[in-house]
Amino acid sequence: MSITAGVSEASPPPARDDRSVKTSRFTRALRRPEFGALMGAVAVFLIFTFLDATPNHLWLTQTGIESWAQQSAFFGIMSVPVGLLMIGGEFDLSTGVMTGATAIVMALLIAKLHWNAWAAIAGTLVFATIVGLVNGLLVVRTKLPSFIVTLATFFALRGASIGYVLRVNQGSTAIDLINPHYAGLGSAKDIFGSSFGSSAALPGGYQTALLWFIGVTILGTWILTRTTFGNWIFAAGGDAVAARNVGVPVNRTKILLFLGTAWSAALVGIISLTQSSSALSEQGVGYEFYYIIAAVVGGCLLSGGYGSALGPALGACIIGMAFEGVIYANLDSSWDFTFLGIVLFIAVVVNRLFYQRALKARR
Amino acid sequence: MTDQVVARAPLVEMRNVSKHFGGVNALQDVSLEVFAGEVTCVLGDNGAGKSTLIKILSGVFPPDDGELVMGGTPVHFANPRVARSYGIATVFQDLATVPLMSLWRNFFLGNEPTKGQGPLRRMDIVRAKLVMREEMAKMGISVRDPEQVVGTLSGGERQAVAIARAVYFGAKVLILDEPTSALGVRQSGIVLKYILQARELGKGVIFITHNPHHAYPVGDRFVLLQRGSLLGSYPKAETTVEHLTEMMAGGAELKELSHELEAMKDIPGVAQVALELAAEADEASLTDKEHSQ
Repeated sequence: MSITAGVSEASPPPARDDRSVKTSRFTRALRRPEFGALMGAVAVFLIFTFLDATPNHLWLTQTGIESWAQQSAFFGIMSVPVGLLMIGGEFDLSTGVMTGATAIVMALLIAKLHWNAWAAIAGTLVFATIVGLVNGLLVVRTKLPSFIVTLATFFALRGASIGYVLRVNQGSTAIDLINPHYAGLGSAKDIFGSSFGSSAALPGGYQTALLWFIGVTILGTWILTRTTFGNWIFAAGGDAVAARNVGVPVNRTKILLFLGTAWSAALVGIISLTQSSSALSEQGVGYEFYYIIAAVVGGCLLSGGYGSALGPALGACIIGMAFEGVIYANLDSSWDFTFLGIVLFIAVVVNRLFYQRALKARR
Repeated sequence: MTDQVVARAPLVEMRNVSKHFGGVNALQDVSLEVFAGEVTCVLGDNGAGKSTLIKILSGVFPPDDGELVMGGTPVHFANPRVARSYGIATVFQDLATVPLMSLWRNFFLGNEPTKGQGPLRRMDIVRAKLVMREEMAKMGISVRDPEQVVGTLSGGERQAVAIARAVYFGAKVLILDEPTSALGVRQSGIVLKYILQARELGKGVIFITHNPHHAYPVGDRFVLLQRGSLLGSYPKAETTVEHLTEMMAGGAELKELSHELEAMKDIPGVAQVALELAAEADEASLTDKEHSQ
């Protein structure tokens, strides 16, 4: 009988062969969804090392690393939950506008209602919870494509954030926290919007956002690979009907994933507000595509059911390096978008090759 | 029926069950007994009521008339979860496993073993892999790599994973919905082997199929359905594969029908009616397929 190598008909388990174990470990590394993104990140890093046009080759110093790391952090805090949602079989186009809208909500609560900054953070999280629930419930109840549903919430939020801010803010779309003595803002800034690790080589240090990015990536990996919920994410995106047949609460899983993207957007909003002390109406609009690109480049399957959390994090690093790299290479930053388009296309082609190899690897 | 069979109590029993959808009798006065360590084959063409029968047994909807009896007492399945808690597991063809997930993830999907408390609560992956290996070995399959993606398995093996999983999670009655219909000859053979394996483990197996050649070698009793009614119920000793085939094809009836059509050929409009009938029949078989998924 033609039985695949992995599952064989023979009742006694075959004796282990050391050589085959070694090969399988290598193939396993190749089969990992983030493998392509890791190679891509290394390649992009090397390309800009080569193109670096700064007098002292700053790209390879802490200054260079810090500049793309902080860019990547803001993309990565979002691309990891967006990747998890994609593995769960859904999209969220409202993520970009949400990073701005949450900053505005927090700024309004502090500047106009004079809330303590920590209470404002709680309020911002409540706002994000509502948006995430609305997205999730609309998607699972209407059974419409999440692409359309979240496109609708994206535009609704975009309009509302401009309109509302203009109305309460005397015609200005920016809300600045000019008074530094808002209650709780100092300690909130310490946690979300400050820096660490300053040295002679890098006086400004690294931004706290970087730690949040690492934390989100570790949390995402833990959830996806170690928890029951992670198993449900793969199943919800892989085959929702089969998952329901064995008792997986597919709808609850998807709603929680939408809450995840909304909460992460709130985290980005809180970090950016505490860091810059100002929030702008259209901040973050358009970024939703960077998050999706990072997730796809990171090996998450567009149709769901396959991917990792580390992949989207590496994808965010690729975008961060590209954005900063063109500055170091003294190129026109308009070419960023062209670069992203090409990287996205190559990544999808390469990932599909890897993915097909993964499915065939054990034939 | 032999005395031996009568003396034993069935695991699950359908007594005079009927189900109507609008004016259609999807199931009319059907009785069925499933014994431990036996394979009960439910045979019928498209639209015979097989899907309705499965759905009543697995708790998707209740019967309009008649009752379900387990261990001598009538039971009511409010939903599939209740049926599962009674030990009735349904393995849906092609909809039982998630292709992109590994063997061990699929095996425990929806029933993951965990360890640790609070935020550190996590899947017990080592135990999951170990148990999966053991349970697959009971089905006669040795698993080399628990991380193997189920999509790389053959159709027969995928069914085996689903069967082994249902057995492990306490199924006493296994309902297999057309497990061989999408498979080639060899793969069908593999699935039939697993059906016998489940029988050896003492499970009551309900094997739904429209193929008497698959049913006969593994079945202990055969229940034939036709347009929602019980056409016959035979222990293996009282029937042959030819008999089952003939009963299913409804040879006499088809002949009669074609004669009638032949006779009416010249009457204007008959061609149109025949076309409409054919279309209706196609539709019926389509909805039947949808239901069985």
